[in-house]
Amino acid sequence: MGEPDPEIEARRIASVARDRVRFEEEALALADQVYRVARRLVRTREEAEDLVQETYARAFRSWRSYTHGTNLRAWLLRILTNLNLDRGRKVQRTPDIQPLEEGDYYLANRMAESQGEQALDQDMVVERLSQDSIVTALSSLPDNFRDVVVLVDIGDFGYADAAQILDIPIGTVMSRLHRGRRLLKQQLAEEALR
Amino acid sequence: MSHGPCDKCEELLQGYLDREIAETERAQAESHLDGCEYCRRRYRFEVSLRRYVRTTSEERMPPGLMERLTQLRSVEG
Repeated sequence: MGEPDPEIEARRIASVARDRVRFEEEALALADQVYRVARRLVRTREEAEDLVQETYARAFRSWRSYTHGTNLRAWLLRILTNLNLDRGRKVQRTPDIQPLEEGDYYLANRMAESQGEQALDQDMVVERLSQDSIVTALSSLPDNFRDVVVLVDIGDFGYADAAQILDIPIGTVMSRLHRGRRLLKQQLAEEALR
Repeated sequence: MSHGPCDKCEELLQGYLDREIAETERAQAESHLDGCEYCRRRYRFEVSLRRYVRTTSEERMPPGLMERLTQLRSVEG
């Protein structure tokens, strides 16, 4: 064991540099998708932009802790959701005491009441809900529920990835998703079908 | 009520929509849907709603953000 062979050392450094460039390029290629999730997790576009920038700054610093070949989008979103928590978002409302919680079919039933059963056969029936009302309803969900609904319904993550990103058990993902979607549909029914 | 709320089918809805359901349960849901127009219409509605919720979020990054992200790289350009 003497001095490291300078040629081997140079090759090692070059190889690390290549890995790093590859990591950065792969991460940047996902920026649109990361932004889309961020945009629904926070209220304003400015907050979403800040959050995405902070996420990439941290990702580029800690790129060595990413294992090549694993889900990079999930890895980035784990950083993002942690940063979002660190931003000290407001204390959680306690969803357990919300009085009314309708079933899974609530919105469909309300639509059927106002448009007729057959209306449910048309894809377009959902377009009676305005896009704004969906965005508003999503942003009104308690934070814990919104995180899960956004990751699964907008980010298109499976339960296992969502659980890993948020560092919660899969069962919790499923129950929050279930209640979150019920609340969402309840809200949509109240707001859009008045 | 002329058609029951089909509790079991409603319970399977989430896993079915998320493609996170055991094969036996999927078969169970599908055989129920085959014979139950009430649930079939509601599943269909849920599928459309999911798609629609997703389209409300198909928002591209604001111009300039990509540039700022690129500047955060260790080696620029």
